[in-house]
Amino acid sequence: MYAALFYFIAGLTVIGALGVALSTNVVYSAMSLLAALVGASGLYVFLAADFVAVVQILVYVGGILILTLFAILLTHQIAEIQVSNRSVGRLPALGLVVLLGLAMGAAILRAPWHVEPLAAATPTTYGIGDSFLNQYLLPFELASVVLLTALVGAIVLSRKELRE
Amino acid sequence: MNVPVENYLVLAALIFAIGCAGVLTRRNFIVILMSVELMLNAVNLTFVALSRQLVSMDGQMIVFFVMTVAAAEVAVGLAIFLAIYSQRRTVNADEISLLRW
Repeated sequence: MYAALFYFIAGLTVIGALGVALSTNVVYSAMSLLAALVGASGLYVFLAADFVAVVQILVYVGGILILTLFAILLTHQIAEIQVSNRSVGRLPALGLVVLLGLAMGAAILRAPWHVEPLAAATPTTYGIGDSFLNQYLLPFELASVVLLTALVGAIVLSRKELRE
Repeated sequence: MNVPVENYLVLAALIFAIGCAGVLTRRNFIVILMSVELMLNAVNLTFVALSRQLVSMDGQMIVFFVMTVAAAEVAVGLAIFLAIYSQRRTVNADEISLLRW
């Protein structure tokens, strides 16, 4: 039962990812990205990472995907432009990607994983909060500085005066 | 919940390869950004899977930092894209060669 559900969610995620990379319409790509992100969130639930799953929905679907859709709708050329020499760059790129995937798959399947019985799924918020305010306090503060810088940078870049 | 860790890792490798293909083959700037998001998600999945396997919270902590950087990247990237679009009227990454010599 769990395995069937896992394969269903995994299939949803992979189909969504394929839709992002292969769809010729950008709006369809964004909708496929929604499927991939929700699927990844479901996999986090499978991995007993409840807080990460909720944050995935909030940040990626609620923030990043909406921002991307805004950018798509603000630019009028929604359909992908056909580029005349696309097959020249496309075949070597696909060969490279297949090679990369095979190398990663071989490495994963050959590695002697240290298998032990999994711990029971417990709420993770206590451990995450504890780590943020003890072990990871400096990266946590730096992350807020990064976000503030990105905020200011995005505002400066999209100001009217800079465009003219 | 007895799905072995290899399944998650192979799935993440597959999504990473698909995202990589998207970055390499697509010309639309927004689709390239979305494919980068896919690759970041695949890496996040690897971190969470190994965090579960190794009974350690560190993998999940790194996922939050990756998400922070991904949000910052999308905000700045789309702002740059909109600024370029309002000047050049193009969404094609091949036509944007301001920094190329």
